[in-house]
Amino acid sequence: MAELVAVIASTHHPFYYRASTATGADRPPFADEWVAKIERFRQTLTAAEPDVLVMVGSDHFHQLWLDNMPQFLVGKAPFFDANWHNEEREFGLPRMTLRGEEELAAHILRDGLDRDFDLAFSNELRIDHSITCPIITLRPEADLPIVPVYTNIFAPPLPQPRRFVQLGKALREMVESWDSDKRVAVIGTGHLSLELGGPRQFGEHGPDPEFDRRAVEWIAGGDIGGCLAEVSLESLHSPGNATHGFMDFMLMMGVAGEGQKADHVDTLDLFHTMEAYFTWYPNGVPTGTGAPA
Amino acid sequence: MSRYLLDKFLYTVDRDPELTERYRTDPAGTVGWWEAEMAGRLLNCTDAERTTWLSFTEDERRALREHDHVTLFEMGAHPFLTLTLFIAMFERDHGPLEYQRAYGRAMAHLSLPYPDIAT
Repeated sequence: MAELVAVIASTHHPFYYRASTATGADRPPFADEWVAKIERFRQTLTAAEPDVLVMVGSDHFHQLWLDNMPQFLVGKAPFFDANWHNEEREFGLPRMTLRGEEELAAHILRDGLDRDFDLAFSNELRIDHSITCPIITLRPEADLPIVPVYTNIFAPPLPQPRRFVQLGKALREMVESWDSDKRVAVIGTGHLSLELGGPRQFGEHGPDPEFDRRAVEWIAGGDIGGCLAEVSLESLHSPGNATHGFMDFMLMMGVAGEGQKADHVDTLDLFHTMEAYFTWYPNGVPTGTGAPA
Repeated sequence: MSRYLLDKFLYTVDRDPELTERYRTDPAGTVGWWEAEMAGRLLNCTDAERTTWLSFTEDERRALREHDHVTLFEMGAHPFLTLTLFIAMFERDHGPLEYQRAYGRAMAHLSLPYPDIAT
């Protein structure tokens, strides 16, 4: 069976690409520290030597629209083009094409349906920065095949937080029941407290540093029970109007498992948001560097 | 109220660079043309298969014509759509993050709970 070699949860800040590639007067003062943290984070994936990446993210009204909105969707295609006009315009993100792992996508769809997750699918999916940001930060070579999994954290009515956790737990079982000798990493991105288009946006910090502190504790300690006891669809409005993206972190806590402490935890307090990076190794910390033999 | 149609306007104008510029320079003309020609266009279908029943209220038309992002927020237009389109139109006239911060300050009088954005 396939081996789950790393579980990674991250924020997806679309400004990282521009900040990290800017030079001279255009380079923001926080860029060097940000890049150093990202390079350490990247090494946690490299060391796991994955063959395939399952990428959990959320379409931001790019291909998925209100006339036909899935709650959970799996991309099954040989390739995925990536990034959209408004992401090039606002964030300077490059156009990309990633390979797909159709065999694993087909397995997740069949196995997921049989586990009572009524997953939608797409055979022609252009992915957005929720998936390309972690490719840029964690695997800039963009050389591994992916299976994108989109969740709806964006267009209410949304699934309940517990459903994200349940899907995460099931996704792990789906990966580990794939009849393959491949090494699979599951990478998911979301947000801590975040406000977009409201009065609390673009402050000196994220809109709710206290929520961020507690969220990092929940994630780092694998405290699914504590998190579910505090977080509801209603409560997530309070830290910031885009904070429902935190539910993708909850999905990743489900993949990692109840009580599983993260092997790598890092944060960066930026204007506008708290960045947060977590890696779990389900089968122990790898001993190699991930460098080719 | 036609919150879905507000979102459809913001979504379709944002993704088309020519429409974005047209809305920036001629908001009233663009809103009138869009409601007549585009509001009923079902996005994944041919032009022959049009939706017959979508229209704005007069307050919605006015908010769009006046580039009034605060009223759009109060009406429950999706804040991500409004913000993304308005940054595309107006960030060019401002320093780094200056427009985004002014956009937030214009809504400083608003408090929780925010308007419902469900469609």
